[in-house]
Amino acid sequence: MALNLALAAVLAALASAGVSLFAQRRIAVLKYLAFPFLLLSGLCAAVAGGMILGDGDVQSAQLPFGLPWLPWQVRLDVLSGLFLLIIGIVTFAVGLFGPGYVSEYEHGGHPLVQLGVFTGLFVAGMQLVVLANDAFMFMIAWELMSLSSYFLVVFHHEQAANRRAGFLYLLMAHVGGLAILLGYGVLATFGDGFSFDAMRAALLSPLWASVAFSLAFFGFGMKAGLVPLHAWLPEAHPVAPSHISALMSGVMLKVAIYGFVRMTLDLIGDVQWGWGVAVLLIGSISALLGILYAMQQNDLKRLLAYSSIENVGVIFLGLGMALVFIGTGHQGLGAIALVAGLFHAFNHALFKSLLFLGAGNVIQRTHEQNIERMGGLLTRLPYTGVFFLIGSMSIASLPPFNGFASEWLTFQAALQAGALDNGVLRILIPFTAAMLALTGALSVACFVKAYGVAFLGQPRSRRARHARATAWGMRGAQGLLALLCLLAGVLPNVMVNLLSTIPKLLTGTGLQSATVHGWLWLTPVSSTVASYSAPLVLLGILVAWGLAWQLLHPRGARAVRRGAIWDCGFGPLNARMQYTGTSFSMPLRRIFSPVWRIEEKVDRQSEAEGLRVSRLAHQMQVHDHSWAALYEPIGRFVLLAARRIALLQQGNIRVYIAYSFFTLLVLLWLIS
Amino acid sequence: MADLLTLNGWLLALLQAALFVAGAPLLTIWVKRNKCRLQNRRAPSLLQPYRDLAKLFRKQVVLAENASPLFRCAPYIVFAATVLAAATIPLLSTNLPTAAIADMIVLVGFLAVGRFFLALAGMDIGTAFGGMGASREVSLSSLAEPAMLMVIFTLAMSAQSTNLSSVVQYLYDAGLVLRPSLLFALLGLLLVAVAESGRIPVDNPATHLELTMVHEAMILEYSGRHLALMEWAAQLKLMIFGVLIVNIFFPWGIATELSASALFIGLLAVTVKLSLIGVVLAFAETSLAKMRVFLVPQFLNLAFLLALLGALSHIILEVDI
Repeated sequence: MALNLALAAVLAALASAGVSLFAQRRIAVLKYLAFPFLLLSGLCAAVAGGMILGDGDVQSAQLPFGLPWLPWQVRLDVLSGLFLLIIGIVTFAVGLFGPGYVSEYEHGGHPLVQLGVFTGLFVAGMQLVVLANDAFMFMIAWELMSLSSYFLVVFHHEQAANRRAGFLYLLMAHVGGLAILLGYGVLATFGDGFSFDAMRAALLSPLWASVAFSLAFFGFGMKAGLVPLHAWLPEAHPVAPSHISALMSGVMLKVAIYGFVRMTLDLIGDVQWGWGVAVLLIGSISALLGILYAMQQNDLKRLLAYSSIENVGVIFLGLGMALVFIGTGHQGLGAIALVAGLFHAFNHALFKSLLFLGAGNVIQRTHEQNIERMGGLLTRLPYTGVFFLIGSMSIASLPPFNGFASEWLTFQAALQAGALDNGVLRILIPFTAAMLALTGALSVACFVKAYGVAFLGQPRSRRARHARATAWGMRGAQGLLALLCLLAGVLPNVMVNLLSTIPKLLTGTGLQSATVHGWLWLTPVSSTVASYSAPLVLLGILVAWGLAWQLLHPRGARAVRRGAIWDCGFGPLNARMQYTGTSFSMPLRRIFSPVWRIEEKVDRQSEAEGLRVSRLAHQMQVHDHSWAALYEPIGRFVLLAARRIALLQQGNIRVYIAYSFFTLLVLLWLIS
Repeated sequence: MADLLTLNGWLLALLQAALFVAGAPLLTIWVKRNKCRLQNRRAPSLLQPYRDLAKLFRKQVVLAENASPLFRCAPYIVFAATVLAAATIPLLSTNLPTAAIADMIVLVGFLAVGRFFLALAGMDIGTAFGGMGASREVSLSSLAEPAMLMVIFTLAMSAQSTNLSSVVQYLYDAGLVLRPSLLFALLGLLLVAVAESGRIPVDNPATHLELTMVHEAMILEYSGRHLALMEWAAQLKLMIFGVLIVNIFFPWGIATELSASALFIGLLAVTVKLSLIGVVLAFAETSLAKMRVFLVPQFLNLAFLLALLGALSHIILEVDI
């Protein structure tokens, strides 16, 4: 039943792609056919995922496609169910958001067919990845997902920077894809077959298991955007249309995490704790660097893209901890860490899609991407303002929203490091917890900046001042995701209960005591060690606020008076006197200065022997170190190698005939 | 868990929260009076902060023309979040049901909620001062908050619990044992407390309209009851850190059972301890000068490092294998 529903979701997504073929000049086809099909697809996927998570069973089937000796096999278990749920919820929200958003493309020859067809294929590809039960189908679905999203990244191909971002994305997606393919190759060799069932049964030597793990970590880590393989992510995610950015950041990164968990914990099986250490270190570095880079961005969507790197880092931190615990035989603690990581993946899908949809809404209304040219949007776009605030609080992991719940769970898992025998591990895990604490505090700073500069203060540009209200579908999509953020934060037990079936499936040990005290209490280890009651916290917040309001807020006309802003008596303040995003992040730029490559140029022209400055220009660019340290050397090496190989090309026909002759000779010698 | 939620427990939690809220201005004025005496000035009466608050509550609120609804909600949210943070801290007794609802990590979360809205409110009007204050506040606290979490982790690993009541009970039962991890944690928390409650040498609560201020710059546009709530929340924050320091590291006298006499002793003990720490704070503030803003990160890095050392020394020296 659930599996059929999941396949129906795939069909609906393909149907959405199919009808878009007829959208040549008619945007109505996209609005009233393609997006409703996406909505349907999302609904089916979410229901299917929810059902399988609730039941906890495994359903599998064979599809009548594929190679003669390898029909496509699909399987739905709780792990794929969770990710199907994630895909479904976000696709549903995108289906709701889309019709209002694409009105923008009504005039001015945007390739609508391209947008509709590849969105449908992209969603179908992601759904097939989590359903696949053999490596062959997995790789086809994976490539479908990567390639169709490439065409969405280059949707605004009239700008050269977007084409460059698209190329980078394509290149890195395929390097990653190659690593994944090789990883499956190792497993298929030992398991004697391409189906996941055969790979599960395979017995790998520890060395080969490590090789397969390294390939999977590299390949899926590249897709998930782990530092230092992240360089494509902040280029590619922001340039796609915003609902696609939501799908890419909210869902596609999660599909990579699915692939990693599936391959490491399910297919390879025998976990070694050394892998966990690698994942833990890379994860915490990604989290910290991701948020520090995000902090310095002024392009709203780029900021969100960098913050995705941070959150992926946090998720991998949880997974790494799970690998360490499971690898050292602490299955119960591993289950807590795994649930924490997966819960954060679910939460990140919710709030990051919410934020990207909000950003899309703002960009559509103001035609500005840079937060320095926004401002004062809370009063102009009140719904988006409130929903974006909820998203910011969730991502900054503030109680009672969902980001806090999963971070709390991650901390609780980290605090159990004392159970480990290895002294180095016992130190390493609290140290990564410290990195996580720093990351969390920095994300508060980052989102105070994003929200404060974009939504509060005075409008910084004419377009921001004249921003108008939004279509209802767009509000509805954001409202739905905001509500889910609150619900997942206030009732974390529901989600944790559903998720606890995943470690049970993968390692045989579920969460023993997380929810034994009923829906009100979350007690991951035991009730004496730690407890958190999110519903009572929400109640407390409401009571405290209500009491303060009731007791202290006077009734009647005397309540408030409006007056001019206090300007020290120097005349009216204008919007350019506000603190800017760049100045807001300046203290942190100074404190963590080695993290970036900062190019700052101050051009000062003065008259009267330097006493009076007549003109002042300031330029600043903040770069990622990874370009100069990693990518450019690789690029130079490739160019150099290409030039060396090009020596073969003489352009002279006699030389080529000589090549053919000698090749023939060598081949003849080989076979004789 | 249900056994925690008895009527007596809830009554005690309410009583403690009320005591916290009512007593917070008293601690602030106590520090101020001591500072006045040390500086040969005449001290204001102990009732002065209450009179100030009452006066502000009676005054009409003047809002800037472009103030958004967030600006009007923020004082209530900041105050409510700070009160909730206070409500989870054992003040008189260790049998506190609210400490199980919200453990120490949630306590840090509540303080972060308050700070988030305080900073946003500072940016809402669009004056340079507000933005400057908000920028400094979030930058400094993004160093202070992890330090505080590391202190909490050290304590949690010693007591095997993140529940603050259990931690206090554990340290109370353990008696006076000199442990390196606790010493590091105490030093770390002291530095964090100074930074988070905005005292010298990090911030100066008495200053206005200087380029050095942090907290005051954010609340510059507030007036009337909004200002009163913000001020009260700041006083509560000082009290929160004071009580955390005295009740975690010097838990003597705290009630471990629910009887009138034990609670009375607990009240007496915490009053004495807080007044002592108030004197210490007044001495420190009189003898130190305020730091340049860009030296504060070094101060907070020291706090973070001390807290991390605390956690590591616990793991290396104190865990029995």
